[in-house]
Amino acid sequence: MIIDCPHCGSRDSGEFFMRGQAAGPRPEYADGQDAFAVYVYDRTNLAGMQREHWYHAAGCRSWLVVERDTRSHVVGSVAIAGKAVA
Amino acid sequence: MTKRYSLLSLARQAISGHRGWMPAWRDATPRDRYDIVVIGGGGHGLATAYYLAKVFGEKSVAVLEKGWIGGGNAGRNTTIIRSNYLLPGNIPFYEHSLKLWEGLEQDLNYNAMVSQRGIINLFHSDEQRDAHERRGNAMRLHGVDAELLDADAVRKMAPFLDFDNARFPIFGGLRQKRAGTARHDAVVWGFARGASARGVDIIQNCEVTGMVRDASGRVVALDTTRGRIGAGKVGMAVAGNSSRVAALADLRLPIESHVLQAFVSEGLKPVIPGVITFGAGHFYISQSDKGGLVFGGDLDGYKSYAQRGNLPIVEDVCEEAMALMPMIGRARLLRSWGGIMDMTMDGSPIMDRTPVPGLYLNGGWCYGGFKATPASGWCFAHLLSRDEPHPVAASYRLDRFATGRLIDEKGSGPQPNLQ
Ligand SMILES: Cc1cc2nc3c(=O)[nH]c(=O)nc-3n(C[C@H](O)[C@H](O)[C@H](O)COP(=O)(O)OP(=O)(O)OC[C@H]3O[C@@H](n4cnc5c(N)ncnc54)[C@H](O)[C@@H]3O)c2cc1C
Ligand SMILES: [Zn+2]
Repeated sequence: MIIDCPHCGSRDSGEFFMRGQAAGPRPEYADGQDAFAVYVYDRTNLAGMQREHWYHAAGCRSWLVVERDTRSHVVGSVAIAGKAVA
Repeated sequence: MTKRYSLLSLARQAISGHRGWMPAWRDATPRDRYDIVVIGGGGHGLATAYYLAKVFGEKSVAVLEKGWIGGGNAGRNTTIIRSNYLLPGNIPFYEHSLKLWEGLEQDLNYNAMVSQRGIINLFHSDEQRDAHERRGNAMRLHGVDAELLDADAVRKMAPFLDFDNARFPIFGGLRQKRAGTARHDAVVWGFARGASARGVDIIQNCEVTGMVRDASGRVVALDTTRGRIGAGKVGMAVAGNSSRVAALADLRLPIESHVLQAFVSEGLKPVIPGVITFGAGHFYISQSDKGGLVFGGDLDGYKSYAQRGNLPIVEDVCEEAMALMPMIGRARLLRSWGGIMDMTMDGSPIMDRTPVPGLYLNGGWCYGGFKATPASGWCFAHLLSRDEPHPVAASYRLDRFATGRLIDEKGSGPQPNLQ
């Protein structure tokens, strides 16, 4: 699997670490405990294209949002996490 | 209908040229409705059906399998059975399972090649020894066998290990003598035969594609590739596909699917005594009765529904193998493959009712569900038939993540690719 890092170019997936699905914003304190339980533990666990957080550990050390098909590992768009639309 | 296997039946067949053997179980066509429908014809689904019929007296049970029985993780795992856990929620369950394994072949009248050849978990530092000693003590307090071995004792059993490795010297190991291996396919076929003989319909090439619910939200039928099948209760036992099947009832689970690879070498003369696990990484090995070295290591590191693995893990596993036992470099790798693991957020399974009435979940077995097969079947049958959890599986609640009653053996948190 090759990931096109916006900073470093095409790099082997072994340089990266996957954190998980890019799951939208963290709840606010006022949203209560249940909202946090859902945020921390529940997963959509899609079979198909999903947006994920990857960390370019052995490269520029940026967090990226990578679109990837979880059935075929085909990589779609890659963006820098802060700039990607959540 | 099903004939008993015995020395006599074997002799009779031998005389008649083995032409009289009958299929071990019945490949059924679906009826309109069953009291209990189990989705998934892996080890857990079939064991559930077997105990539903045998222990809980259920008369109307079906198992629906989208492909062929045993084609999922049941047929892809490295067949290790053990009960060397640390935490109270786990030890009694896995010990119940190991006890069932010990009597399984007599119970099923089927040779599952259960072989209690022992497991040794190696440790490589004083701190790791303390951790293993603690685990051994927890096991013994629960009445499970455990034995702490020093380096010399391990050396006697496995002289080929790299004891004086500069980075990972072997300090000793925690041994569970009653652990071992079993023949994975035979376990599937044995449970299928036992269930089928007691009237369970095993329906293959039957993928569940939808759940039909009544006005109260209760699941009352399943849409499948072989038509609609009515159900009093539905049990999901679909391993790596748990999230996909649960999504048919609009449920989201604390589960992520990851691929785990396994490897087997060419057949060799007996060399590995039992199961050995490396403590300085993630590598474990045993030897099959056919002689192949069977081994594996880490998950691939990212979520996957592809039933094949990546090459970096192949390299990683081989490096760890070389670090532990350099002699393995002479063996040739024959095959490698992958299976989809239902990884939970604390590394322990889930066996519970779901918020959807009539729908029950048995999943989240991570990479350790083969050893659980008999107890998982027994306890899930208990839950389905009596609508209450079996005492040894009562900790495997679906709501434990929200309530904080996690069972996290490794302490790695809700990050499945680190477990
Ligand atoms: C490489 C590898 C090594 C492993 N090593 C070990 C080990 O040494 N020890 C151990 O204890 N465990 C091990 N495991 C884990 C163990 O194999 C699993 O936890 C266990 O097999 C899961 O239960 P099962 O047998 O019921 O799963 P499966 O055999 O996967 O059964 C699930 C079934 O559900 C079916 N299904 C899915 N979706 C649908 C649908 N929509 N409709 C109908 N049917 C459906 C699938 O086709 C499949 O047959 C390993 C797993 C792997 C992949
Ligand atoms: Zn980069």
